[in-house]
Amino acid sequence: MATKSKTPKHPVDIEGLTGDAAIAVALRQCDVDVVSAYPITPQTIIVEDFQKFAANGETHTKVIPVESEHSALSACIGASAVGARVATTTASAGFALMWEVLYCAASMRMPIVLAVANRALSAPINIHNDWSDSYGGRDSGFIQVYCQSCQEAYDTTIMAFRVAEDRQVLLPIMVCIDGFILSHNVERVEMLPDETVKKFVGVREPFQNLDPDNPITLGPLCLTDYYFEFKEQEDRAIRAVPEVYKRVEAEYEKLTGRSYGLLEKYKTDDAEIIIFTHSSPAGTAKAVTDVLREKGEKVGVLRLKMFRPFPTDAVREAVKNAKAVVVFEKCMSFGAPCNPLALELRTALYEAERRPLVADFVIGLGGRDVPPETIVQGIEKTKDYLKKGKAPMYETLGVRK
Amino acid sequence: MSEPAAVTIKDMLKKKQILSSGHRMCAGCGAPPTIKLMGMALRGPTIVCNATGCLEVATTIYPFTAWKIPWIHVAFENVSAVASGVAEAYKVMTEKGRTKHEHVDVIAIGGDGATFDIGLGSLSGALERGHDMVYMVYDNGAYQNTGIQRSGATLPGQETTTSWAGRLEPGKRQRKKPIAEIVAAHKIPYVATVTPYHHRDFITKFRKALEVEGPAFIHALSPCPRGWRSESGKTMELAKLAVETGIHPLYEIINGEQYIMSAPSKNLKELTPLDEFFKLQGQFKHLYKPEWEDFRKQVQANVIADWELLKKKCGV
Repeated sequence: MATKSKTPKHPVDIEGLTGDAAIAVALRQCDVDVVSAYPITPQTIIVEDFQKFAANGETHTKVIPVESEHSALSACIGASAVGARVATTTASAGFALMWEVLYCAASMRMPIVLAVANRALSAPINIHNDWSDSYGGRDSGFIQVYCQSCQEAYDTTIMAFRVAEDRQVLLPIMVCIDGFILSHNVERVEMLPDETVKKFVGVREPFQNLDPDNPITLGPLCLTDYYFEFKEQEDRAIRAVPEVYKRVEAEYEKLTGRSYGLLEKYKTDDAEIIIFTHSSPAGTAKAVTDVLREKGEKVGVLRLKMFRPFPTDAVREAVKNAKAVVVFEKCMSFGAPCNPLALELRTALYEAERRPLVADFVIGLGGRDVPPETIVQGIEKTKDYLKKGKAPMYETLGVRK
Repeated sequence: MSEPAAVTIKDMLKKKQILSSGHRMCAGCGAPPTIKLMGMALRGPTIVCNATGCLEVATTIYPFTAWKIPWIHVAFENVSAVASGVAEAYKVMTEKGRTKHEHVDVIAIGGDGATFDIGLGSLSGALERGHDMVYMVYDNGAYQNTGIQRSGATLPGQETTTSWAGRLEPGKRQRKKPIAEIVAAHKIPYVATVTPYHHRDFITKFRKALEVEGPAFIHALSPCPRGWRSESGKTMELAKLAVETGIHPLYEIINGEQYIMSAPSKNLKELTPLDEFFKLQGQFKHLYKPEWEDFRKQVQANVIADWELLKKKCGV
């Protein structure tokens, strides 16, 4: 299911936009009722651009310029509980400050869209990209999708509202882009007309909201007798996401000719070595694949778009004929057997009839550049491991040792 | 939309209750009467946001709720932010024609821990942004819900499970944060102090708080028999004594500038000695040991000094 591109049905506006700017435009077009956000690099352009739209009356939105990210998501929950369509955005330390409230948003079933410009966590303080921030919220109950391009960031933000607000789901969703690499880089972005987006997303129809005519209690104390049932229902809700996402994306594809899927398979059909990664390293990996293919090497890329819920069956199916899967990930899970993305993959493969060899490479922490050489190095090492029949649980690449 | 406040007993009996009986607050707790008095002041559709604390825990244990009006709890330190979201969302949805009422009143409620301490940043942010909401702190002087730990609202000389009275310590040594004045320094339209004993004063002030445009703040003293180690039947007497001793004087601050002393405080000829307030509570018992006599006298002197300063601000 590679990225498809057909002639779009609607006239499009084409502009050079950063990932942040593309998300800000998408939020404006989605007729968001409340945006509550706090500035943090490299997400800041999103709030800046959006505030400008609001100041010029280009969007009918109440913007709450809160005093912290903890309050940003808390205000989103309050607004969402009334029945408004809401969004916020953050990165790094701001994401960490939100962490308590992530779980509240998910468990209270608030369909909030949270744009994350992925950035390393302190210490040392660092403003550049890795995935430590949003990976830290992977068990929060949020849906997590990761984008590879500014176009995808725009498209995904629009689709995110439909997925989150779907009655079968009612969960918050993170739309993640790589900080600076995507958030601050200008790419060609095709935008739909405002009216088309407005019609596509519709008006949010809340299911159970704070309504003086029908008073309900939201967020009660819940102990040993019922807490578990809340979690059981939350689990059921997130399991429903792939089907809803596919349905929403099919509808979106009719408008734009673009679709991404839960996974993108790039030259994987006959690949002996499959690179498994997401976000910006996936783009680099595809370029490396093209070069290696010219040399006759059977390499492909499996780009994960949806990290939560993890498309276990689809991943297993996609790599079943490969000899090895090479994981490139920008996060370290200190003290774990391997790192978050490889943990997911290895778990998915445990039940597989034929398990390819898995090599896990931690790359690019704190924005360390990931040039094609790093990807090639990982592939070369994996070839060695294939000969030996065994790979280490994980390694770091591109770091002084 | 505006229905009148119920100030007389006759009207109070007719006004719709917002909190049902059967909640699980302790006998003698000051919070339920505080909430019920708040209900007497309501003027129409209202949404309540509640910080984590005794009130939240004991009125909502799932699958039950004592609340008869829309109510939301998210976490401990963020009730002001939640209320900001509720207020702005309702406003914009009304503008877009998606609400049944033209206006709802938004009330945020927190205990002293949620207000003086962990939620102070969130409160200050909401005040600065100027949302149209009423914030009420029910101040029982400690983290009573987690088992009586000291807070920024705990009084000097008060014994808690994290400010023990011992051989070396007289309970908490530090003064209580002047929360009403900290809030008033944001120059919000209305700040008032209340107790559940002075019920007419309470309801009248709460109604004013609802009626001003922008943020308003109510500081309600709420005796806690469990934490204060007082008899459950003495709650109202303690609320009354808190005013008479100057521990919790009743006043209003308009626009952060104009101080008005309320009648129950203004009519006092002189302050009742603190001993009258202390002796009804186990948490101050140690202050009557000879080694803490000087400390106790200093606490009394500070209360008198604060009272004189307040009188000056109020022009009394």
